[in-house]
Amino acid sequence: MATSLTVNGKAVTVDVEPEMPLLWVLRDELGLTGTKYGCGIAQCGACTVHLDGEATRSCVLPIGAVEGRSVTTIEGLSADGNHAVQKAWVALQVPQCGYCQSGMIMAAASLLKANPKPAKQDMDAALTNLCRCGTYARVRDAVRLAAGTN
Amino acid sequence: MNETISASRRDFLVKTAALTGGLALGVFDPALAGAGGTPAELTAWVLVQADDQVIIRVARSELGQGSFTGLAMLVAEELECDWSQVRAEYADVNEHVRRNRVFGSMSTGGSRGIRESQEYLRRAGAAAREMLLSAAATGWGVPVAECAAAGGQVFHRTSGRSARFGELAAAAAKLEVPKSPRLKEPAQWTLLGTSPARLDIADKTTGRQIYAADVRLPGMLHASIAQCPVFGGKLKAVDDSAARTLRGVRKVVQGEDWVAVVADNWWRANQAVKQLRITWDAGDNGAVSSESIREFLRTGLTEAKVPVARRDGDAAAALGGAAKVLEAEYYAPYVNHATMEPQTATALVTGDRVEVWVGTQNGETTIAAAAEAAAIPLEQVHVHKMHAGGAFGRRGPHQEFTKQAVWIAQSLPGTPVRLQWSREEDMQQGRYRPVALVRLRGGLDAQGNWVAWEVRQADHSVLALVRPTDIKNGIDPVAVRSFQDNPYAVPNFTNEYAMRNTHVPPGFWRAVAHTHNPVFRESFIDELAHAAGRDPYEFRRPLLAGKKDLGVLDAVAKAVGWGTPAPRGVHRGIAVVDSYGSFTAAAVEIAVTEGSVIEVRRVIVALDPGHIVHRDAVKAQIEGGVLWGLGSAMNEEITIKDGRVEQSNFSDYPLLRLAQAPGVIEAIIMPTGGFWGGVGEPPIGAVVPALCNALFAATGKRVRSLPLKNHGFRYA
Repeated sequence: MATSLTVNGKAVTVDVEPEMPLLWVLRDELGLTGTKYGCGIAQCGACTVHLDGEATRSCVLPIGAVEGRSVTTIEGLSADGNHAVQKAWVALQVPQCGYCQSGMIMAAASLLKANPKPAKQDMDAALTNLCRCGTYARVRDAVRLAAGTN
Repeated sequence: MNETISASRRDFLVKTAALTGGLALGVFDPALAGAGGTPAELTAWVLVQADDQVIIRVARSELGQGSFTGLAMLVAEELECDWSQVRAEYADVNEHVRRNRVFGSMSTGGSRGIRESQEYLRRAGAAAREMLLSAAATGWGVPVAECAAAGGQVFHRTSGRSARFGELAAAAAKLEVPKSPRLKEPAQWTLLGTSPARLDIADKTTGRQIYAADVRLPGMLHASIAQCPVFGGKLKAVDDSAARTLRGVRKVVQGEDWVAVVADNWWRANQAVKQLRITWDAGDNGAVSSESIREFLRTGLTEAKVPVARRDGDAAAALGGAAKVLEAEYYAPYVNHATMEPQTATALVTGDRVEVWVGTQNGETTIAAAAEAAAIPLEQVHVHKMHAGGAFGRRGPHQEFTKQAVWIAQSLPGTPVRLQWSREEDMQQGRYRPVALVRLRGGLDAQGNWVAWEVRQADHSVLALVRPTDIKNGIDPVAVRSFQDNPYAVPNFTNEYAMRNTHVPPGFWRAVAHTHNPVFRESFIDELAHAAGRDPYEFRRPLLAGKKDLGVLDAVAKAVGWGTPAPRGVHRGIAVVDSYGSFTAAAVEIAVTEGSVIEVRRVIVALDPGHIVHRDAVKAQIEGGVLWGLGSAMNEEITIKDGRVEQSNFSDYPLLRLAQAPGVIEAIIMPTGGFWGGVGEPPIGAVVPALCNALFAATGKRVRSLPLKNHGFRYA
């Protein structure tokens, strides 16, 4: 069954099972590997993308539910890594292994769009992505840097 | 633009380019990325292109700890190139094999990457510099002593002439590599100890970093796997009739203790795995449980005579004569690495050639595993090392995913197959940090001095699985660390070790024995201090006189304000550990509400690794180590039932989240020089006992088994 959606500003149609999660359409059908698989049950957030502008875990989102909607992945967040969140991430050297960071960055970008000056509790509530290397201290600092509240 | 995606690879690449704005995926050959002509190899580690780009080879692996940058810095410091001209690339494993292991150890574990290779890498940089100097001097017809290198150029001091490294490289490459190049003194370093932007960071913020999971090759298929849930069991039978009918499924492949499905999309492969009806032969271990394992460990405590790892004086006699004797039993469970990137390997088998793409901690174990699986010589295997999505010990000696990928790819010659374990497989097929049960006895004299100490360990040996030849006299030298090599001047000390190996496969887990032995040791010392009526910090000090441990202990005590009142409602704990050649101490401040909800206010870690290479990466390892410790202490536990792991995903194996991370992590980096210690693991050891000691200070409850959640605690 064909599903039409917008990915990083471009209209695409994919002919896959409607229950296939968006994550696997992105990774294995469209070749957008920046969005990661970590758990498959919306626990870790490595698969976070923007769905109509909002942070969404793509590993449990059936592609059938994305018909006509707009998806932004880490590859489409900015033209050249120059989104304020990405710049803050580089400035504070946030990533370690980096595998979770696409999702973390997408979650942070979505948070800042909705709440440009997030307090600590706002970050705690919105940034529930798992990082095994332990970059949380820098994630907090980088969100503050991007928000201009550092 | 509106288009229908088909499965064809040509289409795939075109669409990928469209969606990523021209970013080319699927190009993995480092040689293709080069520009500026054929680089001239000065030493095995240093290549210089005509356009002045310096290529520094890295034999160890980037796992997130920053080695890719740090190892290149060691070379660059001596080379006197311009750091902005440096590009690091992995030393080719096949070339390594063909050139008689020219790159030395490729192993990235035990916090060894920097400290073990720093000298030969600095020498490689210095040798290349001397070759460039010689080439310039010869070209100018001047004495080499009148020349100097700086910023990627050679200068002739008297005439002011200069030449760029790129201009000199071809001539320099023809010279013999100097055997004993002169190295700078640490005081002369200008790059080492600073914090240039890490070479791997930018791509990790844009999705451009290609991990093993992201490898995409023309015609590639994807595989998911089911392995026998009871370790050591075998595959008996599989009914794959339902799985085979699913869309995109290309092949079902069986191994001795696994079944894999290959499909045109990983989700389809994994859906099909779920449709397999598999009968396993559990073997002898189908009834093993966490309880039976604990009873098995207990036999190690009750056995009359076990191997002795260290004996000073006569602990038994001293305990007999002590004014006060304390005895306590401590326990730590199996825990899993849970790397964010599940185990993954891609393999391509073509004729008698095998290629694998793996995020590995050791290129040599990977090439050996692939060669063994394919039953071909090492020289016919090509390993593409990918930055790992976390490793922590999981991707070193254990390469079963590499072998599986090769076996699966062998059934589809000419077709690359990307095997990715599901999170569930990753959780249940780990190589777990072993269980440990330890009994400690301590004796105090009438003045409260610590005069006797007995440690009896019963635990599961990692080396028995991965390097059995390292076991001497029944003792796993890794398992006894922080007891056998403890720095405390206790006159009567015995460390006994009873190996108790179960069927659960063990593995090195970031900091290994230093994730639990220091918890037992430093908590027990806290117990002794309280029994002696002494301050836990002051109790330790005289016993560490003259040791570097004392320096870091004093540093955290000073930073936390030990000896001065803590803020109202805040309680402190302190601990000290040396490991992997480095010295660390931690002080933790917590507040506990409702008797069980812990808010970690502040964690201070002091680290003396002798020398440091990349200051900010060291700080990042301290930050990460603190969270590794805090998360594991509270939550992490792998339990066994019916011979198999009970946990399956992050839902029942929770990791620390941002909300639970402490408000303040303070890193005191205090290299005292004269030695090279590790950095990746040492920061962890002291954190958990400091937390447990703070918990005792706050609640009066002495926690003697991990994780804390089993005692009703949770983080705020």
